[in-house]
Amino acid sequence: MSDTAVAPAKEKATFRENGGVRGWFGRQPAWVRWAVMLLFAVLAFLLPYAGDIPVIGPQITTEGIDWPSALFNMSYYVLLALGLNVVVGYAGLLDLGYVGFFAIGAYGTALLTSPDSVLYSHTGWAWLGAAPVALAATMLAGLILGYPTLRLRGDYLAIVTLGFAEIIRIVATNTTTFRGDRGFTNVPHPPGSSGGKPIFGVTDATPYFWLGLVVIILVIFGVRNLDRSRVGRSWLAIREDEEAAEIMGVRTTKFKLWAFSVGAFIGGLGGVLFAGEQGFINSSTFVLQFSILVLAGVVMGGSGNMAGAILGGALISYIPDRLRGISLGGTDLYEYRFAMFGAVIIAIMIVRPQGLIPSRRRAMELKDREKEVAPL
Amino acid sequence: MNFSGLINEFGPLTVAGLAQGAIIALFALGYTLVYGVLRLINFAHSEVFLVGTYACLIAWGWFGLDQNSAAPDLGAMLGYMALGLVVAIVASGLVALLVELVAYRPLRRRNAPPLAFLITAIGASLAISETVGVLTHRVQRGVPPIIQAKTVITIGNTHITNLQILIVVLALVMMFVLDRFINGSRLGRGIRAVAQSPDSAALMGVNKSRVISLVFLLGGLMAGIAAVMYDLKIGVTKYDAGFLLGIDAFTAAVLGGIGNLRGALVGGLLLGVLQNYAAGLFGSSWLHGAAFVLLVLILMFRPTGLLGESLGRARA
Amino acid sequence: MRQVLARAIGGVAIIGLIAGAAACNKSSSSDNTASGSNCGYKLAFFGALTGSAANLGVNIEQGFELAVQQYNKQKGSDCITVAKFDSQGAPEVAPGVARSLVADKKVLGIVGPPFSGESAAADPIFEAAGIPTITPSATRTSLSSSGWKVFHRAVANDDAQGPAAASYIKDVLKAQKVFVADDQSAYGAGLSDVVKKTLGSLVVQSDKTEADGKQSDFSALVSKVQASGATALFYGGYYTNAGIIRKQLTAAGWKGTLVGGDGMKDPGLAKASGTAAAVGTVVTCPCSPPEAAGGTFVNDYKAKWNQDAGTYSDVAFDAANIFLQGIDAGNTTPQKLNDYLSTVNYKGIANTYKFTSTGELDPSLIKVWAFKFDATGNPVKDQQIKTS
Repeated sequence: MSDTAVAPAKEKATFRENGGVRGWFGRQPAWVRWAVMLLFAVLAFLLPYAGDIPVIGPQITTEGIDWPSALFNMSYYVLLALGLNVVVGYAGLLDLGYVGFFAIGAYGTALLTSPDSVLYSHTGWAWLGAAPVALAATMLAGLILGYPTLRLRGDYLAIVTLGFAEIIRIVATNTTTFRGDRGFTNVPHPPGSSGGKPIFGVTDATPYFWLGLVVIILVIFGVRNLDRSRVGRSWLAIREDEEAAEIMGVRTTKFKLWAFSVGAFIGGLGGVLFAGEQGFINSSTFVLQFSILVLAGVVMGGSGNMAGAILGGALISYIPDRLRGISLGGTDLYEYRFAMFGAVIIAIMIVRPQGLIPSRRRAMELKDREKEVAPL
Repeated sequence: MNFSGLINEFGPLTVAGLAQGAIIALFALGYTLVYGVLRLINFAHSEVFLVGTYACLIAWGWFGLDQNSAAPDLGAMLGYMALGLVVAIVASGLVALLVELVAYRPLRRRNAPPLAFLITAIGASLAISETVGVLTHRVQRGVPPIIQAKTVITIGNTHITNLQILIVVLALVMMFVLDRFINGSRLGRGIRAVAQSPDSAALMGVNKSRVISLVFLLGGLMAGIAAVMYDLKIGVTKYDAGFLLGIDAFTAAVLGGIGNLRGALVGGLLLGVLQNYAAGLFGSSWLHGAAFVLLVLILMFRPTGLLGESLGRARA
Repeated sequence: MRQVLARAIGGVAIIGLIAGAAACNKSSSSDNTASGSNCGYKLAFFGALTGSAANLGVNIEQGFELAVQQYNKQKGSDCITVAKFDSQGAPEVAPGVARSLVADKKVLGIVGPPFSGESAAADPIFEAAGIPTITPSATRTSLSSSGWKVFHRAVANDDAQGPAAASYIKDVLKAQKVFVADDQSAYGAGLSDVVKKTLGSLVVQSDKTEADGKQSDFSALVSKVQASGATALFYGGYYTNAGIIRKQLTAAGWKGTLVGGDGMKDPGLAKASGTAAAVGTVVTCPCSPPEAAGGTFVNDYKAKWNQDAGTYSDVAFDAANIFLQGIDAGNTTPQKLNDYLSTVNYKGIANTYKFTSTGELDPSLIKVWAFKFDATGNPVKDQQIKTS
C-alpha cells in the first residue's frame, strides 16, 4: 500500500521561535556580525556628544551631574557588572561583597601612588606603573577569598563574601595605614599629553570614559573567549549541578577559583580606573549598598550573558544620575533610587526572573524548574 | 590593643554585651526560624524589625509622648509598655506576612532557584528601608523615656540597670515560650515536619503554606519585641536601624547554629558580649568589625555553628 | 506579537515619563536682561544639602542666598543668579557634581564646600578651573597646604579651634580627667588629635566611633567613659552621633559634660538626645554668635527662611558679599575675582576678612567662641575663648 498520508504543510516558524533578534544575529555571516558590533562601539565612543542631538539629546543627558562624568560612572559600573556576571552569572556563585575587589583595586593604586601613603617614600609610582601591581593584589585577594569558602553552600558563600567586603571596609576606615575617611589625595591620573596639556585632566571626564570603554571592550573579548573555552563549559556545569559536575570529572575547585580570580581582576580594574579619575579616595565609597546595587544591575539586566550585564550595569548608574536634580514633593528624586531599585528587583524576579536581556539557557533552566514544582 | 582597659571595664562591658545580645537573640530568631524551614536567608527580616521600632514610637506619639516628655509613673509606664509591645508585634508580624505573600510566595509557586529568593529578599529589604528613609527624611527619631533607667545592682564598677535586667529576662522568657510552642503544640509539630521535609509533610496532611506563614509570623513577633527593647535601650531609631542590627543578628544565628532556636539565644548573647569585648580592646569602631570577623571564622571552620544545625547541612 | 508590543509600549512609556519629569524641571538658564554692566553671572553654592549633617550645609546655603537676593534687590534686577550644587557630603559624588559646576562658564565664585572631606575631592577640580572658593566652615588644617590658589577660608582652622576647646576644658570646666573620642572623619579625627595633644596628661582614655549616622549603639563607649571616671568627654564629630551619645550617657547616669567642635553646634544635637539631656553641652566654633551679627541680618534671615540663622549662616552671608563686591568692582572673570580676593579687606557682619597667601584667614582676625546648649535645645553663646 502506498503511503497516501500527506505530511502536513510545515508552518513557517515565527520570528520569535527562531530566536528573535539574537537568533537572526547569530545566523548572519561573520562580517555582518563584526560590522554591527563595530557600529555599537563607535556609537558608544560618540556618547559624550549625545547632548548635541536635537530634541532628545537634552532629555538623555544628565542635569545635576556633568554628562561625561555620568558616562564615566556608567563605564565603571558596567565593568563591575561584567565582573560580577562572571562570578554570579557564569559560575553561579553568589557574591554579595563584590565591592571588596573594587576597593582593593582602588586602595592598591592609592597606596602605591599617593603622597599621603606610608609607602610613598619607597614607591610614589605613576598610575600606569601601579595598576598591574594593584590588579595582581586584587586577584590574590580573590584567591584568598575563594579558597576557604569553596566548600560552602550557596547562601553561606553569599554571607561570607559579604563579611569579607565589610571587613575590608572596616579595616580601611579604622586603620591609620588606610587613612579611613581622610583618604588618599593626589592620586595621579593616567599618563599622556597632547599639545602640552595632559589628556587626563580634572575638569573633563571624557578621556576617562573613552579609556573605560577601551577596557570594557578588552574585557568583553577576554571573558567571551573564556566562556567559549573549557573554563566556560566547566562554569556552566558547576552552575547547573555542582555534584553532578564533580562526578563527571570537572575540577570544581579549580574552576571556582578561576571564577573568583577573574571576577576579582575585573573588579580591580574598575577600582584602578576609579582611583585614577577621582584623584581622591576614602573609605566612605565602599559600602555594602554598592555591592547590592551592582548585583541588582546584573540580575535586572539578565545574569549569565554579557549584553544583559552591560545593560544592567549601565542602567543602575544612569537612572540615579539622570534623576539627580529633579524634585518630587520637595525631595530630589535621586533619594528614591534605592527604593525604586528594590521595587524593580522584586518585580523583575516575579515577572521576568531571567532579566531584561535573558540568556536563553537561563530562561530554559527556569522553565524546567517550573515544571518540577510540587503543589502547594 | 587596650588590655588594661578591657580588664578594668570587664564588668560593665559584659553587662552591656548581655543586654545588647538579648535584643540580638530575639531578632535572630526570625532568621533562624525562616532558614530552618525554608533554607532561605530572609534579608527582609531586618525591615520587619525596623517597622516595629517605628510602630511603637508612633503609638506612643498618639498619647503625646515624644523624646522630650517626662518619664511616666509606674502604672502609666506599664500601660505604655504593653501598648508599645502590642503595636510593635502586630506591625512586625503583618510586615513579615506581607513580605512572604508578595515577594516569596510567587517564587515558591514557580520553584525558582535559591538565588532568586535571595535577590528578591534583598530587593524587599531595600524597598522597605528606603521608603521609610524617604518618609522620615533620613533623620533619626528619638524615643520617649518610658522607662527611667536606674541602677539597681552595683558590683564594683559595674552598674546594672533595671532596663538591662528587663531586656535579658524578657528574651529568656520569650525563648522559653517559643521553645515550648515548637516542641509541644500541634502547630509546632507541623513546623518541625515542614523543616525536615516539606514534601513529605505535605503528603502527611500538613498545610505547607499555612505553616510557612506561621513561621514568618512567629519571626515577626519576636522581632517586634526586640524592636521595643531596642527603642528603649538605644533611644533613637533610624531608617537603617534594621540593616545595622540585622547583620549582627544573622551572625548570631549562624554562630549558634542556624535553624536551632536555642542556638539563636546562645549565639546572640555570646555575640553581644564578644562585640563589646572587642570594642573594649580595639575601640568602639570595631563593634561591627568584630561581628564580621567572627562570622567569617565560624563559616570557614565550623559552619554548623556552636550548637549545630538542627536541620539541613552547611557544606555542599 | 502582542507581548512584544506591550513591552515596547512599556519601555517608551517609561522613557517618556522620565523625559517628561526632566523637561518639567529643566532649569532654564534664562538670559538676564539685566541692566548694569557687571551682571548676568552666577555665584555657586557647593555642598551637602542632603545627608546626616545636612543642616550645616543648608544653613550656609541659606545665608549665601540671602546675600545674593539682597544684592539683586539693591541693583533692581536679577543681576547675579544663584546656582546650587548638592554634593551630599559624599566624596565620590563630589567630583562629578564639581565638574558640572565648572562646566557652567557663568559661575565666577563658589561659597563652599562646607565639609573638609568633600573639599579634598572637589577643590582640585576648582583649582584646575581657576574658580575662587571661600569656605565658611571647612576647618581641616591641611586644606590650605595643598597649594591651591583658589582656596580661601573665612574662619579659623582646627589649629585654632582645637586648643581653644582644650583651654575651655582646662580652665573653665576645670576637668581633671578628660575622655577624648572621635568619629574618624577627616574633620573629627583632626580636631580631636589637636585637643589630645594640647590637653596632654589630662586625657585618661580615648576611643573611636564609626562615622556619623553609621552607628547607633554606643554602649561600649558609655561603659568606657563611666569606668574611666572622666568628668568631661570631648567628641570630635557631628551632631547626630553626638546627640545619640549624649542620650545614652545620660541614661547610664553619667553626669559629666560633653564638649565638641563646630560640627556639633546645631539644634539637631538636642533633637537627637532630647532637650533635657543636651543641657550644658559645650561646643566651640570659630564663629561669633549669630545674634551678634551686624546690621539687620538676624531679622532678614528669619523673615526669608522662617527659622533662626544657623551656624556659619552669617559667615556665608559675608563670603557671598565679598564675591558680590568684587564683581561689582568689575572683576568679572574667575581669574580677576581670585586676584581680588588676595588683596581684599572686607568688613562684614560677622567679622572682618583678610586672607593670607595660603588662603587662611589673617590670624589677627580669628575668634573662637564657646556655646552652651540651653533648655530649649539651642546652642547659645557662653563666652569668647582667647586664642592667643
